[in-house]
Amino acid sequence: MASETRDTARPSAPGGVSFSLSDPTVRAVFYQVLVVGIVIAVGWFLIHNTLDNLSKRSIATGFGFLDREASFGIGESLIDYHPRDSYGRAFLVGVLNTLKVSIIGVVLATVLGTLIGVARLSSNWLIAKLASTYVEIVRNIPPLLQLFFWYALVSESMPPVRQALNPIPGVFLSQRGLFVPVPSADPVWGTMGFALAIAVIAVIFLRRWAKARQERTGQPFPVGSASLGLLIGLPLIAYIAGGAPTALDVPKLQGFNFVGGVVITPEFFAILVGLVVYTAAFIAEVVRSGILAVNWGQTEAARALGIDSGKTLRLVVLPQALRVIVPPLTSQYLNLTKNSSLALAIGYPDLVSIANTTLNQTGQAIEGVAMIMGTYLVISLGISIFMNWYNKRIALVER
Amino acid sequence: MKSGILAAAAAAVVFGAVTGAQAGPTLDAVKGRGFVQCGVNAGLPGFGNPDSSGNWTGLDVDYCRAVAVALFNDPNKVKFTPLSAQQRFPAIQSGEVDLLSRNTTVTLTRDTSVGLNFAPVTYYDGQGFMVNKKLGVKSAKELNGATVCVQAGTTTELNLADYFRTNNMSYNPVVIESNDEVNAAYFAGRCDVLTTDASGLAGTRAGVAPVPDDHLILPEIISKEPLAPAVRHGDDQWFDVVKWTVYATIQAEEMGITSKNVDEFVNSKNPEIQRILGTSPGMGKALGLDEKWAYNIIKTMGNYGEIFERNVGTKTPLKLERGLNALWTNGGLQYAMPIR
Repeated sequence: MASETRDTARPSAPGGVSFSLSDPTVRAVFYQVLVVGIVIAVGWFLIHNTLDNLSKRSIATGFGFLDREASFGIGESLIDYHPRDSYGRAFLVGVLNTLKVSIIGVVLATVLGTLIGVARLSSNWLIAKLASTYVEIVRNIPPLLQLFFWYALVSESMPPVRQALNPIPGVFLSQRGLFVPVPSADPVWGTMGFALAIAVIAVIFLRRWAKARQERTGQPFPVGSASLGLLIGLPLIAYIAGGAPTALDVPKLQGFNFVGGVVITPEFFAILVGLVVYTAAFIAEVVRSGILAVNWGQTEAARALGIDSGKTLRLVVLPQALRVIVPPLTSQYLNLTKNSSLALAIGYPDLVSIANTTLNQTGQAIEGVAMIMGTYLVISLGISIFMNWYNKRIALVER
Repeated sequence: MKSGILAAAAAAVVFGAVTGAQAGPTLDAVKGRGFVQCGVNAGLPGFGNPDSSGNWTGLDVDYCRAVAVALFNDPNKVKFTPLSAQQRFPAIQSGEVDLLSRNTTVTLTRDTSVGLNFAPVTYYDGQGFMVNKKLGVKSAKELNGATVCVQAGTTTELNLADYFRTNNMSYNPVVIESNDEVNAAYFAGRCDVLTTDASGLAGTRAGVAPVPDDHLILPEIISKEPLAPAVRHGDDQWFDVVKWTVYATIQAEEMGITSKNVDEFVNSKNPEIQRILGTSPGMGKALGLDEKWAYNIIKTMGNYGEIFERNVGTKTPLKLERGLNALWTNGGLQYAMPIR
């Protein structure tokens, strides 16, 4: 307080300027206030201008439309959906479809990308060259064209629905997609899921116990085979105890289409394969760079210590490679998820497709676009948070 | 990709930097600019379609040109913007186009919460179904369980759902954004049924089908689809110009004035004809246009009947009858308000 009175008293002497921009503290505060002020002013202007423009043109605003009846059909859905449901539920169907293709896509792209990345480093000339060719061709063609290619491939090369291929009894392949039989509904599937959950928890505790025991006694415990036994055994016991039902829901040609079973539609196939093939090319490069980043001396040192090659990879090379791989891998996961919005072009009902239909029927483009952006932001942040957590876990701990 | 245009249009509404921010003076803006910006269909033969040399043709396109003629006496003073069904409303809302003439159905929602004003109907249409003759289907009532190809973001999508609900039938929609891709999916056999406005089905069958005779348009018309040009809410003067451009073509047909004989009518003693052709002044001034506005439209573009026959009539590949689009005097619905 005392210093403040002195400060205000002092400049009133010669110059009379109490507010000099040459004072670093004043300057810092001044510019920060200025920037915040500009941001608020621009934001206020945008919102005000938008509302003003919308009301001038009598365009409806707000999210009230989400409760109104959607009255349009959706080709495939993970939850029950009927045109009499609301726009909100239709949007949820779209979000789930996006998540479905993203999650399956991320898993498959990781597997394929890793295989190809390793193949590029293979000492076999043919395999290495094939992998390089794949990467160079696939990552240099725009993903939208690849989607059109896969979609056209299915719709042009498959037989019409009435001449569906029937490679295995009960499995039908045609322009309408791949129809496969699924086990009929039975309470035992629920019990098996429960058993699997118990097995997962048991495995987590088993691993902790085994690690503690090894640290205490030096005795390793065969965690791998024990875990596998638990994960398969418990659900299997539940299945047999539940009467081992074998009834199948087999698809049958009825009228225009197959009824029953589960279908993989050409649209889902095209978007999934398109995204996986495209993203795998990038992941392959990420994996290759990660492996090359680990000094060969590390492997030699592990061998010199008598560690076998499997353990060398698992305990020495991979932990160091993952450190390099994970951050760029996160970007690829995010890219795959965002690229799934291209689904609109080939008719897979993802969230962009459904939100676009909604905003077209309601005319509320700003709300629709905001919902699309918000949803992608949430999904992307979710992936980022998970991957950052994983990255931190595997980061090199220096001792 | 395509949603980029939507986002851009939404952004235009947010930033309000475009002509759309103005409430009234579209007419002045268009006159100052020297051409009309018109949103049309990217590829619907008979309505909006570039021909082999890249010139835009079609009934909707001709109404864009008619507005340009009313303003500048030149049918080429139009900048055509091809729009997908989903892009069209953001494009007109944001002011990217002055006029949307893209086989757009008039509905209450579009008139109100989408913020459009619809000019008179230029084509009375209805939604139909097209199937491959091989299926042996003769009626839309037999379509239970069918897979239906439909373009995203149209009233068609809603009518389809309503029709199957009303008739207790189920269906499997394949909803694709671009018209070309919808047609490709149908002709490849991905769907049993293609649905859109009956006129559009005729256009697709004539212009896109590998073998037009393989495909049958089912007799059921399941909806009313009055197609009309649209402008933004809140600019009555511009709305009037578009509205009376359409009426002028209909009125001309009713009076028997065509592009070929219009000059013979200039010296007519009939006061009604004198008013429309501008020999007795007043109408052009009221609209903020040249007194010869209607004369120029008729001379350059022809009357409604001529525009219809040239683009979609029985002598074109679409082979559409006048039907509901005949003049009211011939039992149709086309009726112009008095020009006086």
